[in-house]
Formats: sequence, C-alpha cells, structure tokens
Amino acid sequence: MKYTEDHEWVRKEGDLFTIGITVYAASELGDVVYVDLPEEGDQFSVGDDVAVIESVKAASEIISPLAGTIVEINEELMENPSLVNDDPIEKGWFYKMEADKPGEFENLMSEKEYQELIS
Amino acid sequence: MNLNKTPLNEFHKKLGAKMVPFAGFEMPVNYPLGTIKEHIHTRTDTGVFDVSHMGQIAIYPKDGETVNDIANHLETLLPIDLVDLDYGRQKYALFTTESGGIIDDIMITKKQDFIFLVVNAANKQEDFDYLQSTIGSRCEIVELADRSLLAIQGPKAATILSQLLPETYEMRFLDVMELESEFGNLWISRSGYTGEDGFEISLCSKKTAKFAERLLTFKDIEFIGLAARDTLRLEAGLCLHGNEIDKTTSVIEAGLWWSVSKTRRAGNIKQGGFPGYDSLNAQLRDGIDRMLVGLKPQGRMPIRGGNRIYNHETDGDEVGQVTSGGYGATIQGPIAMGYVKAEMVRKNPILYCEGRKSRIPLNIQLRTFVRNKFKY
Repeated sequence: MKYTEDHEWVRKEGDLFTIGITVYAASELGDVVYVDLPEEGDQFSVGDDVAVIESVKAASEIISPLAGTIVEINEELMENPSLVNDDPIEKGWFYKMEADKPGEFENLMSEKEYQELIS
Repeated sequence: MNLNKTPLNEFHKKLGAKMVPFAGFEMPVNYPLGTIKEHIHTRTDTGVFDVSHMGQIAIYPKDGETVNDIANHLETLLPIDLVDLDYGRQKYALFTTESGGIIDDIMITKKQDFIFLVVNAANKQEDFDYLQSTIGSRCEIVELADRSLLAIQGPKAATILSQLLPETYEMRFLDVMELESEFGNLWISRSGYTGEDGFEISLCSKKTAKFAERLLTFKDIEFIGLAARDTLRLEAGLCLHGNEIDKTTSVIEAGLWWSVSKTRRAGNIKQGGFPGYDSLNAQLRDGIDRMLVGLKPQGRMPIRGGNRIYNHETDGDEVGQVTSGGYGATIQGPIAMGYVKAEMVRKNPILYCEGRKSRIPLNIQLRTFVRNKFKY
C-alpha cells in the first residue's frame, strides 16, 4: 500500500489499484454523510477531482493519484457513507482504477513517509 | 496564533476531543463519539456543551442609579421591554442597527444588582465597545472573564440536574435562578440553543472542571462538540449570528420580529426608541425583498452556507443564498437555511442550489426541521 499527500491510500491488486482515504483523513473530516462517486468507465488524470466526500463539517475531494479508468466503485458507500469513518481501509474504499501507467504507483509515498507527513 | 483556553481545555483533551480554533479559543469540535452520534445523543439523552468562549457581561448601575435605570438605558439599544422583565426571567434580544440589521443576538437577565448579558463569542469585543460607547458613561460595564458557561441539553437534562440541584427541576423555559452549591455560585437559566429542553449554567471558572467531572459521572451524559452544536441549532431552525443574521440582515427578513416586545412596536406605550425602529416599520409597511426560510435539499447531498440558489434547474435567475447547510442527524438528511426572494417564497416552487455537477433541487419549508421541546 502507498499513500499520497492528499491523505489517500492506494492498494495494488494485480493490475488494478484500489483507492480510499486514510484513517487520519477520516478522523480529520469527521462523520462522512455523503459521497459522490465517479462512474465506471470515467477516465482521470493525476490531480483530477474524482470523488467528493461531504462530512458533517465540510466537503473535500478525492484527488486522483494515478491516471487511468474507473473499473469499479464502492456502491455501498452511497447507502452507508459512515463506512468511510468506521473502516476507511477495508470496507470504506472508494473506487478501483486501471492505471494507464502502473509504474506511477511506485512514485507514491511509502507508509513510513506518510507517517512522517502526519506526525 | 495564541488561542484562549476555557477551564475545560485539559478536560476535553482527556476525553479525546478534536480541538480546533473557534472565535479565538481552542474548542472541542467533536469527541470520539463523533458528530452524528453526539447530535442524536443530545436529542435522545442529554449532552453537555462547553460554551465558555461566549461573552458574559455584567452592567452595574452607578451614580445612585438602580438596575431599572440601567434597563432604561439598555432599552435605547434593544427592542425589548427590559424594565418590565421580571427578576428571575431571561429574554432573547437583538442589538439592532439604524437600518434594522443585527449587531448581535444575546440572552439578557435582570439580576438584583446588575443586568447580565450572554453574547456571541465572535462579537464579544464589539458588543462591549458598543455598550461602552453608547451607555458606558451612565453605568459600569464589566466582562466577567472569570466565569465559564456550560449548557446541559436534552430530554434527561432536568432529571439529571435535579439530582445535583433539586431546586432546578421546577424551573420553566427562560426562568433564571441563582444558587450556592458545592460548585460555587451558579447562575442557571432554563434555556439553550439546541431546540431541546435544558439549562445554561454560568459558574466560576475555577469550579468548572469539578462540575464537568461530576456531570460526566451520569451515564446518560455525553460531552458534545461544536460541530454537533451547529447541526442541532440548524435542525431546530435557530439563527447563528455571522451566518443567518448580521448587520446587513434585517430583523424582519430573519423572521425575528417576534423578539421585539409588543410594547416597543408602533402604536404601543413604549413604541420605538431603539435603533432601526423607522426602518423596520417601513419594512412592515412596504414588505421585504427576501426572507429567511428552511431549505430541504432533495436527495442526500448536503449544501453549504454561501451556495447560490436559482429558480431553474440549469439557467434562470439567482433568487437566494444558503446561510447554513449541513446534515440533520435526527431527520437523517441534508438540511439548510437561507434567504430567498419573498415573491419566490409566496409562489413556493422547487428551487435549485448550485452544486458541483448539477444544481440540487430544494424545497422551501419551515425553519424548524425538528420541533422544539422547551418546557414552557
């Protein structure tokens, strides 16, 4: 698993990458009440806004850490956005992406680098 | 920035609160329970709020004057009948501007020796300066910096508080009582800003942690952060100064004309004599252009303060603006308040709020998304 400065995690599963927000981010946002997810087939570049997270406090975005195409979204989040707070790493994932350049994954932050960022 | 701390700062941190800067104070925005559960707990059980950041001001008479003389002086600034307010009662009041806008909304109590004001944290200094510059030469105005303020809100508040202070049980909404207790000298009012029954208690700062620790021993009590305080007041349709009301929003536009005492209105024995009387009368006569209303977004996506409101799904005209928006945990959906053109409110069509991808349909509704539970 790798991380971004925008407090997202990226998990590599074969050719696919799953993206969510970190425990730290979920805690900072407060209770999530709504998520606006992309659609399967949508294409994004690095830095694009992919999804919106509305918490009790404010709105924030998932900023695409990789370029690629959405292949699956976590539809359960639409019905149950609190999964983002309760289990941000497993059940609270946002979407899976097929990367244009899978090598970009290696440029993301390691666990150690991310821990330094938030400490 | 150097933030002020309430006497419960360490207490909040010990409970695991997330602390944020608010109106110059480091305040708990939520506890580990989380905003939604804190909100619901307040509605179903009871929540305690540290609101010590709010301003507490005492106004004492001088030069041989009495408290009622001070009340008379204050009536030149506040459109209420303060002279006739009973000792032991509290009132909601507005400092009005000449154009009928709102400098601040406050709670006011007439005590035996002085008049006691609770004012918004962000307006503390401005209110103090305003009082000083208007009636300051005729009275002594003191900020009670050594007192804190706790709010106990919810259906179990009266039962819980009466176990510590039995005298409070018989109080009614906006009754005020002063008690000496193991927690020092307490000024208790049956009031609050969540829409629930409850109390606000002003007490000496050095006794506040002891009182908070004692409250925490009740199993039905949770401490509640600022985020839930905001969603609770929004759901109850209560205005927040800086969002719904300010110097540019009139008392009538904000739907707060009820707070103007009848005796101060036109045709009554103490009519006028406060800033904005003429402007507000003109608005009553000629009508207003916009009104503060409740807004219920369709669907689940919250809208936020500052979002613009339109009368058409894709084009049309801008007809209003959201003042506060968020998630109403009791009604389990997005809620908001905002100003909408009066003609729109009369026609009551579906309106549309600006959104990221497309506009979000809104229904105009009463501001009270949940009915208040005040013990009248």
